[in-house]
Amino acid sequence: MSRLYIGRNPRVAARSIDGEMMIMSGRDSTLFTLNKTATILWQAADGATPLDQIVDQKICTEFEVSSADALKDAETLARELASHEILEISEQPIAARRSSGESR
Amino acid sequence: MPLSAEVESLSVVIEIGGMPVRLNTTDPVFLSMLHDRYSGYISSSVQAEIEFEVDLSPRATPDPDADVSVTSCSGRWTLARGDFHAEWEPAARRGKIRQSANPYSIDCVLRILHTLILAKQGGFLLHSASAIRNGRAFLFAGVSEAGKTTISRLAPPDVTLLTDEISYVRKDGEGYRAFGTPFTGELAKLGENVSAPITALYLLAKGNENRIEPIPSGEAARSLLANLLFFAEDEELVQRVFHSAFEFVSRVPVSRLTFFPDARVWELIG
Repeated sequence: MSRLYIGRNPRVAARSIDGEMMIMSGRDSTLFTLNKTATILWQAADGATPLDQIVDQKICTEFEVSSADALKDAETLARELASHEILEISEQPIAARRSSGESR
Repeated sequence: MPLSAEVESLSVVIEIGGMPVRLNTTDPVFLSMLHDRYSGYISSSVQAEIEFEVDLSPRATPDPDADVSVTSCSGRWTLARGDFHAEWEPAARRGKIRQSANPYSIDCVLRILHTLILAKQGGFLLHSASAIRNGRAFLFAGVSEAGKTTISRLAPPDVTLLTDEISYVRKDGEGYRAFGTPFTGELAKLGENVSAPITALYLLAKGNENRIEPIPSGEAARSLLANLLFFAEDEELVQRVFHSAFEFVSRVPVSRLTFFPDARVWELIG
């Protein structure tokens, strides 16, 4: 099974405020507020770290969940975020070709 | 006998938020209407930051019901709606507007223009009433029916009303300044053309008592973003406006103002 890589879409604007991650689509100005798991994915989405590694290191240490279940849920969530053009997904590492536009 | 007649060019400078915009027309009736509509915002300044030629065609676009569209290409903005079509080149500081001789189209063009100008400067237009009391400006934000006009109508005599509908917010050093606008809501009364530093933003809610409650920063940012006026389909500017909203809530206290619609609510303000 191939590994998945996730990267932040540089065409969105992101801000973390009081622990809440908010993201606005530059395309249509839709505002998204990420939940805790989605925030973990967003913050770890460097395009170079495989999703399964993110899950093991960032999600399984935070929640009481098996690695397999967490990876399945994370893939579903990552694809949903990708459908909103918040994340990019690839079976290859995503080149560090841009910055995310995130400010804190 | 001359083969062509020289058409007299008439113009007016409308200064909102300290930004003088010159409108040139050949129609004296339209010019007179502009003077009436923007009374208090007509500047005697000869120099304008931006100049528009207004072409009063009977029909601006093929689809009279088309929604607002604001796009940018090669340094030129195109602003369009069913009743107008405008182009603006920021580098040249010039543009042209095609519309019929009515006050609503030009009003919309000016609103859009100012959102674009402010976005570059860290400011914005906000769906809110605003007013000055004791030298400090207060903003009252909310969607339609939230109480913007009501709280404006209830303002005591020592309050200077800036607008009951669209507030003009400019970055001013480490803080923000609110300017009066001619953009009116149900009150149909132009705001005073003055400004003051912004002290607070209140999110309006109607209730059975008057109270002010702090709200979490995240909710403040979400509410501010929900009440911003922004029309442009432009990723860079959308990102700028997004970050401007967060800058604002990090510098200006945002609270919820629940109020019963009588004058006592103003005892809490200022």
